[in-house]
Amino acid sequence: MKPPKFSYVRAGGLPQVLELLEANGQEAQILAGGQSLMPALNMRLSQPKLLIDINRIEALKGISFEAGQVRIGALARHVEVASSPTVRQYLPLIAEAMVHVAHPAVRNRGTFGGSIALADPAAELPACALALEARFVVASSEGRREIAAADFFKGMQTTARRPNELLIETLIPVRQNRISVFLELARRHGDFAIAGLAFQLLLEDGMVADGRLAYFASEERPTLGLRALAAIRGQRLGPATAEAAIAALAGDLAPIANAQASAKMRLHLQGVLTRRALAAAHAKSTSQPRTP
Amino acid sequence: MNEETMPISLTVNGERVSRRVSVRQHLVDFLRIELGLTGTHLGCEHGSCGACSIRVDGALVRGCLMLAVQTDGSEVVTIEGLDATGEIADLQAAFVERNALQCGFCTPGMLMTAAELLRAGARQTRAEIRAHLAGNFCRCTGYHAVVDAVAASLDRRASGDGNRV
Repeated sequence: MKPPKFSYVRAGGLPQVLELLEANGQEAQILAGGQSLMPALNMRLSQPKLLIDINRIEALKGISFEAGQVRIGALARHVEVASSPTVRQYLPLIAEAMVHVAHPAVRNRGTFGGSIALADPAAELPACALALEARFVVASSEGRREIAAADFFKGMQTTARRPNELLIETLIPVRQNRISVFLELARRHGDFAIAGLAFQLLLEDGMVADGRLAYFASEERPTLGLRALAAIRGQRLGPATAEAAIAALAGDLAPIANAQASAKMRLHLQGVLTRRALAAAHAKSTSQPRTP
Repeated sequence: MNEETMPISLTVNGERVSRRVSVRQHLVDFLRIELGLTGTHLGCEHGSCGACSIRVDGALVRGCLMLAVQTDGSEVVTIEGLDATGEIADLQAAFVERNALQCGFCTPGMLMTAAELLRAGARQTRAEIRAHLAGNFCRCTGYHAVVDAVAASLDRRASGDGNRV
């Protein structure tokens, strides 16, 4: 199908975007990479009055490391994130995840900020952001505010961003000595996941001292496995620990069912991935150099 | 609401093009309907099938997921352009040699996508080739012959026996 009628503005700068958002609110849609918005327009699932194209705003681009955190501009494209030495060095979890994000042609256009702002339940980057305790900077004509990832994702493609706000960048703290593991299951490489996880673990003397176990593609939003973490905290990684985490997972997740998988199947698959991820974390802790 | 239009000026396959377009027209409709470049195919029109793959400012994109108006000032290369420059003459020959197409509907998108691998230059494993082509559907070949053709082109180029433009 073809997109519905709309007005289009190629924004020249941030102030213009914020003015247009203020004036049009929910009638407006931000066009970044367009890899989810354009399909929605073509299928007429979305019918905005105004499309605000932010692709030419330089201030929203780039990836940098400063003062112990990585800044990822909202317009950083997946291909840039995937090939960024900064990301590889400081955010190995995201570097691992990028392999699974969409297909090459989609990675060339799709943006980091777009994935976060859309908050699709099956998307990789919201789960990574949750595991890494990222903060999102949103701007409106009234000013800027930061929202922690744990407070940002509210539900199915629903976030704490207000209609007059634009997500401008993501700030991710770089933590010492963390081991990260990213795994997902999809029917075809690059397709939406039917189960997935993003783990960040702190091991001390071989024991799990702390961490964040984020699951996606099972709930309506990325979800932390708090009980699963409690089950392995203070424990040495091994087969018995993994089974304890998997048993606790049933208390953390209440997966949604859809055409791709039933709730029971998803919970089972998240358990399978958890077992693999903890084994991978154990292997990494004994072999690979950790994050700086 | 009236149909909103905007003027755009871009380069398509090396030629300057200026048109006034409807802001809601996607890039493939612009190429096919306004410019008569029908080599770029529309399959699903929502970014799943890859038949509309083209190059915009040097990067492979889904043509159905960009608006024509977004390409103002851009450089667009379609399968017609790729064919004319001879950039992938060896790959095209390998597709014929290996019978890597049947109905041919997906082929322009397959060639555009595989061209990115050839440009990168390095030899790839079959698994890597498959991962790179995973965003392009083919309903005839079962992919095996397509992977064969791409692998053969990569190998020939890596051994210095590939394309000469």
